[in-house]
Amino acid sequence: MSKNIKLMQGNEAVAEGAVIAGCDFFAGYPITPSSEVAEILSSKLPKIGKVFLQMEDEIAAMGAILGAALGGAKTITATSGPGMSLKQENIGYASMCEIPCVIVNVMRGGPSTGLPTLPAQGDVMQAKWGTHGDHAVIAITPSSVNESLYETIRAFNLAIKYRTPVVILTDEIIGHMREKVVIPDKSEVEVIDVKLPDVPPEKYNPYNYTSGKVTPLAPMGEGYRYHVTGLIHGETGFPSQKTDIIQNAQNWLIDKIYKNIKDIEKFEEFQTDDADILIVAYGSTSRSARQAISMARAAGIKVGMFRPITIWPFPDEQISNLSKKIKKILVVEMNMGQVILEVQRTACGSKVYGLHIVNGEPITPDNILAKIKEVSEN
Amino acid sequence: MIKTKFNYDYYLRKNTLPHIWCPGCGDGIILKALLRAIHKCGYSKDEVVITSGIGCASRLPGYVDFNTIHTTHGRALTFAIGMKMYKPKLKVITISGDGDALAIGGNHFIHAARRNIDMTLIVFNNYTYGMTGGQYSPTQPLDSFATTTPFGSIEPPFDVCNLAQAAGATWVGRSTSYHAVQLEKFMVDALNHTGFSVLDVITNCHISYGRRNKMKSPVEMIKYQKEKAVPARSAENMSPEELAGRFKTGILFEAKDRPEFCGEYHKKLELLKTK
Repeated sequence: MSKNIKLMQGNEAVAEGAVIAGCDFFAGYPITPSSEVAEILSSKLPKIGKVFLQMEDEIAAMGAILGAALGGAKTITATSGPGMSLKQENIGYASMCEIPCVIVNVMRGGPSTGLPTLPAQGDVMQAKWGTHGDHAVIAITPSSVNESLYETIRAFNLAIKYRTPVVILTDEIIGHMREKVVIPDKSEVEVIDVKLPDVPPEKYNPYNYTSGKVTPLAPMGEGYRYHVTGLIHGETGFPSQKTDIIQNAQNWLIDKIYKNIKDIEKFEEFQTDDADILIVAYGSTSRSARQAISMARAAGIKVGMFRPITIWPFPDEQISNLSKKIKKILVVEMNMGQVILEVQRTACGSKVYGLHIVNGEPITPDNILAKIKEVSEN
Repeated sequence: MIKTKFNYDYYLRKNTLPHIWCPGCGDGIILKALLRAIHKCGYSKDEVVITSGIGCASRLPGYVDFNTIHTTHGRALTFAIGMKMYKPKLKVITISGDGDALAIGGNHFIHAARRNIDMTLIVFNNYTYGMTGGQYSPTQPLDSFATTTPFGSIEPPFDVCNLAQAAGATWVGRSTSYHAVQLEKFMVDALNHTGFSVLDVITNCHISYGRRNKMKSPVEMIKYQKEKAVPARSAENMSPEELAGRFKTGILFEAKDRPEFCGEYHKKLELLKTK
């Protein structure tokens, strides 16, 4: 079979991936540099009988996808920094009520209005900690247009499987650049569908905190009548202030992600076998790092890279293991120091260096090479 | 349409009772009217979705045996729109307080009205944020008192119905928790309307509002509702002075010829299919 190859933009690849994943519903609000996701889906989704909505604000867009998801829809929204800040309240609701959804944040410079048309990676911690209260989240950082497509499909699958919001953190560079994409046939990729529970309505509880298994979310309107609330609730879905229920609910929101980390994690190791210096980089920055590594190796400095693709939950185990054999770690990111905090937490015995450039320009291979040389001489 | 004899117990989730509302609160009267209205409309429990925001009124969905979603503050309409657009056959009702619907949720209110999407919003309008202890709301009358207007309110209130109509809602009505029979009748009408229907229900919070405004008992507040309500037809012959401090009740606006959003969207999908 001939391959379906296209030249497309990162934002278009996200839209394409959503359609392949069986997306039923998009709601969003215009914001640079993510608007192409909405524009493309406004054409694609109605043509296949699905729903596209432009809402009155970011909060409404988030609410609308959760409402549709409770009806059984596979849902996605796309935004950028300021919009991501507005969505946090309902992202917390999705965590608390275990409603699957995919949120694309095409990162731009911040805080506030920041740099609408220029890249940054300043929202990594926000993806995890943006909404209040304890919870776990899944976040994914694709580093190419092709990966944006496949990771969007994976994001939908993880959202349904673990009944959780999944954040796709691309950035202005990945979102707007054009690259070759191999578009898969639906039969070539794993797609997890929304299912009815395997128990009859009278035996259905919308939550289960103790069995270790994620209960399927019954689509509303199919005979499974239940209650959804952002209040702490028991397994029946009704609010509770009983201490044991509260603790079980809190534990579950974190355990369901962290106890399944092997299934959720995804990363790439690049030339780490003989490396004396390990670069940790993700998203568009990892592309410059890859180039810098070959330049450094040409100059006789052995550098490798660990690239998280699933960035939340953080790959503690991999960083910890690599730090046992590689004594210098250089974290490169377009922010003032976010993922470096996680690397410092998990790397035992390695010295951790950071290269943090946030000036609206991509971090270049030369920037990284200069830092590699400095680290190498240290 | 009516298949069985009406019975409150059939619709209540009795294991979630007693409710959190204070003794004498009007919310229970509105809940009962809503159950009777849903029964009269002949909806099955499975086809009804009720969303609500945050506040006393928004606790209603927990007590009734439908598909119920107690959402975030002010956002109930956004969840409702998502549900309705994805599952157009479902009957979607939103329950919201005055603060929930018109302050924090004001943007969603006007845009749901503008779209004229086929669902019903019932505003439990008690002029106050009861759950948080009686702060002033966007419907609180001028010169009245709240925990955050200790010297009297200087903010003009919204008229829920005028706002809904101006924004594009195609069925707009007002009743009170005193007029329980009328309330049920209006609810049936609002539910049967195709388009965005808004029912403003004046209800009493004697605890948080009344007690600071010389109406400390439910009886005084119910009397207030009875005395201040002016049927729309009578209001036509009254001067602005005579209407001051009073509110109009009745079906205040109805338009049947305007396109309904959800239907229009799905019509467009059908057109695209045939292309």
